[in-house]
This record gives sequence, structure tokens and C-alpha cells, in this order.
Amino acid sequence: MSKFALVTKGFVKDNPTFSLMLGMCPTLATTTSAINGMSMGLATAFVLILSNMAISAIARFVPDKVRIPSYIVVIATFVTLLQFLMQAYVPDIYETLGLFIPLIVVNCIVLGRAEAFANKNSVLDSALDGLGIGLGFTLSLTAIGIVREILGAGSIFGCKFVPGDGVLVFVLAPGAFMVLAYLLVIFRKYIAKNE
Amino acid sequence: MQKMLVSPSPHIHTDLTTRRLMLDVIIALLPATAVAVLFYGWSELLVLSVSVISCVLLEWAITKFLLKRPSTVSDLSAALTGLLLGLNLPSITPWWVVLIGAVVAIGVAKMSFGGLGQNVFNPALVARVFLLISFPVFMTTWASLDMHNAWTIGVDAVTGPTALTLFKENHGAVKDVLMQTGSAGEISDLALLIGFAYLLIRRVIKPWITLSIWATVLIFSGILYLAAPGTYMTPVAALLSGGIMLGSIFMATDYVTSPMTTRGGIIFGVGIGLLTIIIRNWGSYPEGVSFAILIMNAFVPLINKLCKSRKFGRA
Amino acid sequence: MVICLGAITLVCSALLACVYSVTQEPIAAASEARTQKAIAEVTPPFDSLEDACTSDGTPYIIAKDKDGNAVAYVLNASSVGFGGKLSLMVGFKPDGTIVKTSVLSHSETPGLGAKCTDPAFSGQFDGFDTNTGVLSVRKDGGDVDAITASTITSRAYCKALQNATDAYRAIAASLVVEEPQDSLAVEISEESIEIKEGKDNE
Repeated sequence: MSKFALVTKGFVKDNPTFSLMLGMCPTLATTTSAINGMSMGLATAFVLILSNMAISAIARFVPDKVRIPSYIVVIATFVTLLQFLMQAYVPDIYETLGLFIPLIVVNCIVLGRAEAFANKNSVLDSALDGLGIGLGFTLSLTAIGIVREILGAGSIFGCKFVPGDGVLVFVLAPGAFMVLAYLLVIFRKYIAKNE
Repeated sequence: MQKMLVSPSPHIHTDLTTRRLMLDVIIALLPATAVAVLFYGWSELLVLSVSVISCVLLEWAITKFLLKRPSTVSDLSAALTGLLLGLNLPSITPWWVVLIGAVVAIGVAKMSFGGLGQNVFNPALVARVFLLISFPVFMTTWASLDMHNAWTIGVDAVTGPTALTLFKENHGAVKDVLMQTGSAGEISDLALLIGFAYLLIRRVIKPWITLSIWATVLIFSGILYLAAPGTYMTPVAALLSGGIMLGSIFMATDYVTSPMTTRGGIIFGVGIGLLTIIIRNWGSYPEGVSFAILIMNAFVPLINKLCKSRKFGRA
Repeated sequence: MVICLGAITLVCSALLACVYSVTQEPIAAASEARTQKAIAEVTPPFDSLEDACTSDGTPYIIAKDKDGNAVAYVLNASSVGFGGKLSLMVGFKPDGTIVKTSVLSHSETPGLGAKCTDPAFSGQFDGFDTNTGVLSVRKDGGDVDAITASTITSRAYCKALQNATDAYRAIAASLVVEEPQDSLAVEISEESIEIKEGKDNE
């Protein structure tokens, strides 16, 4: 697989949200607006790239019995690191995403890529895989966030183009499920057509 | 091709069709509709017609252009959904809100699941709850009952709170529950009961779901009332106010989204009754019937599994 | 096995310790800036802040200008709204008018009570004179326009503000006497409450 394909496969073919259906909890909870969805995606991508690299570097030395604990320690370290950085330099976004930043530790995508890819590939390939999957996650979260923000608040990335309230249900939890479902339908339809 | 099942005779000959059933339910709703139009006037007529027409047109458009299947409009189920949706909204709802409601009812709740018979949730209720959460101000502003104003063009409707909102705000006494401000379909319990009687006589529905809802509401709110008469409504007021009559007679008994057996129906009804009172008293909305029915709709497959009818001849 | 896991945790904790020591200061600064910003939202421009406490232990903040004169008193107040606790931060000018109010946290229904954060509602308290205005909704005979279809939230907001006003009056009363003895301060604040109650009965 070419280096380029390693990155791009995360966008459509292995898209974590719409193809692999992983990381659904932050997907539903943090996409109340485009900027929130994008920040959550980028935060996950940051952890994913670093943890993929670290894990592919240490995978050879880690005995099988303590494989999962070691991976979790590595992932948790990067998440805590991210938490410190966000608290220090982007406190507003940290406040909005709240609990979902520490919860990246238990995000299935991160451990999933460590198990499925990073521990049997080179450091560079793992980094590219992390970048691709992370950006794929960011793209889908931003897409859901954009749709929810347009319908629910009448704005895109905070720029209001419709006065007054939107259809409020879309910024609440039920709206997340509905938008995810219909975007999934469109995505699957597109995939089916191209196969 | 659909597989045809051929079984040996005798066969029951009947003129029972989906169309006939839906027509009966629509006829049963006529008294309540008439009362609503009489008291709320032109604005009510507008809400009802926008709702019915857009539901029917949407179903026709979706079957024709999106699914490319023969249209199912003639079975009248879309018209019934439209009528129920209209009766669930305040008479002064703007037309575009009604239109969004129709899109949600037919597009999201019914056709996305595969059309009549496949939908898990009652389409009219999904639309009502969607609108209630999305446009709470429109959905909780009701016109007062005033026949004179209603038929005069150009006079803005005087708004008034429903009995339940008043109670939630003031914990005051509830008067006049038989004729109350509210959604079109909620103002006259008497008209709804006439419809109920018609449905029972025509054997369109069995009474168990409806009766078990009433019994649960009476008993549960009775216990609460006895425990703390100042803070809770009297059981009779609780039963007659809000949407319990409309919901229990016309929404909970929907064939597609209610359990198949009598035993299942009673479990379903008790669940709706309990949830309604819980949401009314401790929830953040004054009325809980629609939420309660939708929640119990989700349990219907489980209830059906629990209450399978026993095969004839088996111990 | 043990060595391996031990080594990994050791490296990880070392890394975290490094990052922590670097980010510690910016985090503290960011959190300080947040508090300052929240207070600045309800006060006129100020130079320094001073934490203070009433005689019954309610904490409040005094915003002072360059010369050390108080420009505003900031109090937290809360009451029970439709969905739960409604917490406000209120800034008072020394003359008893409200500078501004801001909602710290609430659990009201979106689209209804949650509109209490809209300037359309909360803006009517900017510059509200608590000496002449009545803090309750028009339905109850006050001077406040309620949020459409959300009387309970509007009432809760007014009640929280009334609580804050009462607390502020107690503070103001205790400040009139220069450096009063503790017992005197208590007496005066009790008196002011009585006066206030008398007013309500009118």
C-alpha cells in the first residue's frame, strides 16, 4: 500500500464513524456544532498519531501478557498530556468538550488502531495510519456538526445566517441520532454506487 | 415476488381492509374535530388542512420519487396520521411548523422505517414530540376557548395556559377539565368518548389498552393525591386533563405500534399510565402522555415476545 | 514482563511530569483569566479585586478602582427554577443599582427557560435600580417582563436576584458604619432585613 493510500483510506473506506462504526459515544455527544465536532476530531487525531507511533515502536519489546495494559498506559499518557495542553492554551474548547477529552482513553478507535495496525507495522506507517484515521474521524464529526448546527442553530462555524432559533431538537441528543442515521444512509448509498 | 400462503378451507369472508379500518378511525375522530373547529375557528381549520394535505402529498411523493413503488396513499393511513397530528397541535401553530411536523411524521417516523406496518413509533406522536422539543414556545402557547373571536377574521387569539401548565406553575385547583384549553383534540373529552364508543361498536379496537391506561392513571394519581392532596391533582382531574383521552383512545391503540395480545396490551397500558404520571409530576414538561406512549412503543417487540399466544392444542 | 510494564509506566510518568511542569503556569493563568472575565462581565471596569465575607459567612467580591474605592460588589445567588438549580452572578454598584447579571449554570428546558441567558431577558436587569424597581414578573405585580411561556424560570431568576439584593443590602448596611464591631454589624443587618420585610407588605 502506498504511503498516500495509507492516509486516504481513513477518509472513506476505513472511515471510523461511517464504515467502522467506532467511537460512537463522542460522535453523538460532542457534535452539537461544527467547531465542537472538529475540535473533538482533532484532539482524537492528536492522540491517535502519537499513540500509534509509540506503540509501533515498543510493540516488539512488550510481552503478550501485558500488551493491553501497556497500550492503555501509553494512550492514557498522551490523553493526559493533551488535557494539560488544552487546559493551558485553549481553555474554552477544553471547557466545552469537558469529560469527552479524558474519555478518549477508552475510545475504541485508538486501541483498535493500536491492535489492528500499529503493533505490526513500522513507526512511519503507523503515524500515517493514525493521521488518516484521525482526519477521517475529524471529517465525519465536522460533517455531523455542520448539519446539526445549520438545522439546530441556523449558523455555520458560529456565523449566524438565519435570525432566531433553529430546530432545537438537532442540538439535543435525539437530533444527534437522527443526523447520524441519515448521513450514514447517504454514505452507504454512495459506497454502494461506487463498488 | 411476495410468497402467497395457501391454506385449506374454510376461509373467513370479510370486507375488512386497511382502508376501511382507517376510515372508521377517522369517523371516530370527527366529533372531536368538529368541536375543535367550532371553538378554534379558522386557525384550527388551517392547521388541520395543512397537516392532512401535506401528510398525504408527502407520502405520495416519497413512494413515487424516492422509493419508486406504487403509492400507498389510498389506504388512508397518511390522512389519518395528518388528522391526528393536526389534533395534537395548538390551533395557533404557524403553517410552516405544521409542515415540518408532517415531514417528520411521514418522512422520518413512517417511510424511513419502511411505511405502514413497519414503523416502530406512532408517526403523529413522533412529529408532536419533535415539534415540542424544537419549537417549545409555539407548542405551549394555546388560544383560549372563545367561539366569538375564533370566527372573526383579524382578531388575534387571546392565549391562555392549559390546566396542566397552570397546575405546574401554581399548584392551584383545576376547574373545567371537561372543556379545557389545549391541543385541538384535547378540548372535549366527551367528543373523544363518543369516538371511543364508535370504535368499540365497530370492533376496530379492543378496549383493554385504553382501559388499563385509565385504571393506572386513576390508581397511581389517587395514591399520590392521598399522600399529599395539596401538591398533586385529584385522580379524576388527572385522568380528564391534558392528552390522556386522545392518547389512550387514538394513539396507544394504533395497530402497528401496540402489542398483539390482550395480556401484552394491558402491560403496555399500565406502562403508559405510570410513565405519564411520573413525567407530569417530576419531569420538566407539563404533559407526558406523548413521551409515555413513544417510550412504550419501543418496548412493544419485547412485550410481544413475552406474551406469545399459546398454540392451540399445546399444553 | 514486570520490568517491561514498569519501564513503560516510568517513561510515561516522566513525560507527564515534564509536560505538567511546563503547562502548570499557563493553566493557572488561564483559570485566573476565566474568573476575571466572569467578574468583568458583571462589573464596570476595575483595577483590582478583593475577596470579602459577610458577617454570616457569605463570600462576595469587591471590585476596586485605582484609588482603592469600591466600584462594584459581586455576589453569587441561586434559586430553584423549572428544571433545577439556577445560579447567577450579580454585580451591584455602591448605590444599589444592578450593573449586570450573568447565568453561571442552569438546567432549564432548551428553547423555553434556557432563554434566561438571552440578552432579551437578562438585559432588562442591566442598570436595574433595586431601590425603586420591584424584582418580580409583571404577572405578580413587578417590573420584569417574563420569558414567553416560561413563567417559572422568570420567577426563579427574579427570586435569585432578590436574594442577592437582600444580601447586598446587608453588606451595604454594614459598610455605612466605619469599621464596626462585629455585634453592631449583625444588629444593623438584622434591622435592614426588617425594613425590607416591612416594604414587602405594602
